[in-house]
Amino acid sequence: MGAYLSSLSFVDLAGRLPAAAAQGLFWGIMALGVYITFRILDIADLTVDGTFATGGAVSAVMIMKGVNPWVTVLVALVAGLAAGFVTGFLHTKFGIPAILAGILTQYALYSINLAIMDFKANTAVSSATPNLVMTGLNVNQSLLVCFILAAVIIAIMYWFFGTELGSALRATGANQEMSKAQGINVNRMKVVGLAISNGLVAVAGALSTQYSGFADVNAGRGSIVIGLAAVIIGEVVGEAIFGKKLNFAGHLIFVVVGAIIYYLVYTLILWLQMNPNLMKLFTAIIVALFLAVPYLRSKSKNSFAKAGKQSKKEA
Amino acid sequence: MLELKNITKTFNKGTITEKHALNGVNLTLEDGDFVTVIGGNGAGKSTTLNAIAGVWPVDTGSIIIDGQDVTGLPDFKRASLIGRVFQDPMTGTAATMQIDENLALAARRGKKRGLKWEVTAKEREFYREKLKLLDLGLDQRLSAKVGLLSGGQRQALTLLMATLVKPKVLLLDEHTAALDPKTAEKVLNATDRIVAEGHLTTLMVTHNMRDAIEHGNRLIMMNEGKVVVDVKGEEKKQLTVEKLLQLFEKASGSEFANDQALLG
Repeated sequence: MGAYLSSLSFVDLAGRLPAAAAQGLFWGIMALGVYITFRILDIADLTVDGTFATGGAVSAVMIMKGVNPWVTVLVALVAGLAAGFVTGFLHTKFGIPAILAGILTQYALYSINLAIMDFKANTAVSSATPNLVMTGLNVNQSLLVCFILAAVIIAIMYWFFGTELGSALRATGANQEMSKAQGINVNRMKVVGLAISNGLVAVAGALSTQYSGFADVNAGRGSIVIGLAAVIIGEVVGEAIFGKKLNFAGHLIFVVVGAIIYYLVYTLILWLQMNPNLMKLFTAIIVALFLAVPYLRSKSKNSFAKAGKQSKKEA
Repeated sequence: MLELKNITKTFNKGTITEKHALNGVNLTLEDGDFVTVIGGNGAGKSTTLNAIAGVWPVDTGSIIIDGQDVTGLPDFKRASLIGRVFQDPMTGTAATMQIDENLALAARRGKKRGLKWEVTAKEREFYREKLKLLDLGLDQRLSAKVGLLSGGQRQALTLLMATLVKPKVLLLDEHTAALDPKTAEKVLNATDRIVAEGHLTTLMVTHNMRDAIEHGNRLIMMNEGKVVVDVKGEEKKQLTVEKLLQLFEKASGSEFANDQALLG
């Protein structure tokens, strides 16, 4: 025990924190995409596991061909939009349940991602490449760039969801009957929402690839859970601090904060020399707990068990 | 203003639960007609309203609104012509959005939705004035989430939303059935005022015979998917519950079987 404790260095932990924050930031952009489907449209979209890897693959392959890394992020965005469009199309035109449509697209994307990378499971990006948007070799600069990117994306989202089109999208997630009665094409809105969501996820995938120096066909595995974790942790923390006053912009900011907290915890776990392979288990437990809490809380106020106890007391 | 020609609709065709919901509905509403619709359970009242709104396609017949044949259009494409208030107060409004946001959505019914900012300060002022007329204190709560409102407040808001852009036809589907009597009366008064002010062509389904008699300038009664009684003008003004029941028995050859409507 003593040896274990003495092997832990706080200087080491402090040194790791900026990298954790940088990772949290680009995963925060991914989580903003998840927020659009999960919270605004009320759809659990599993396409993102594929789209995250697509973004990375597109970016890596194009960088190797000499394309400016910033341009590759834009191309990744377009690829993500297309992937989301496919899921939306399957869902709204063929009546496939959204969750299944997402799984189908994600499954297909695995092959497509391999094809993009010339049927290799991963592609390296030389960290000596000029103009990388972010790189693990320069954490502080990456942190700054990613912070600005996240801020710009939040600003654009705040603006978009305040426009007529964005409001129609929010209404679609809130109440479809009402939306249709007000002349909103709810199917189109779902496709638009899924496309934007996956566009953001692909951007995050591209950033992740440039930061880590490689694209991997498995990079997105489980990313939906990390995205959900970020959304939920952000909500809990944001509402704990600001309560009901947390407005839409605040919610978006706290999605990114949630992702940063997630990666700080992740880093802490690595620092404690726990097995990082267990992280997925911890994450799943945390997400399940946070998803369960609102349900259990309402049940505890209004349960058969409680009614039964009450009845026995009176008898 | 509204013309229904021989509308038929069968649900679950070819199965054991097959139901001939509409069996040739013919109805013409003049501009400014305020028609109350009454009938027993399963008579086809709500189904007729849903056919007009375009919730699903009809099997046969045509629906013409303001000279335009809308039979082939889905609900959201007809919405520019139609205002709707539903029985369930939860249906007509978005609970997680603010009052002003809900109104702004309704203000754009039938218009192209682009990348302009949704709720402008000028709009809020306009909504405030409109909400003041409802006299429910909503004009002070523009930024409140609609989920915080009572059922009556939500129905009144839905009514305002349905008429914010003047509809060619206003469809009220038992919109006071889920409310307590006092609130129902308030919402009905607001309905009368809004319909009169806008000279709106209106179809109002109700379970309550007295409401059907007291409101509107015309009353139709449905039975087994058809319009069986149609009373208007002076005759409508002189109508009583007893007379209405007699009319129904004569037209359908059976007794009116709806205790709820009788008691109302």
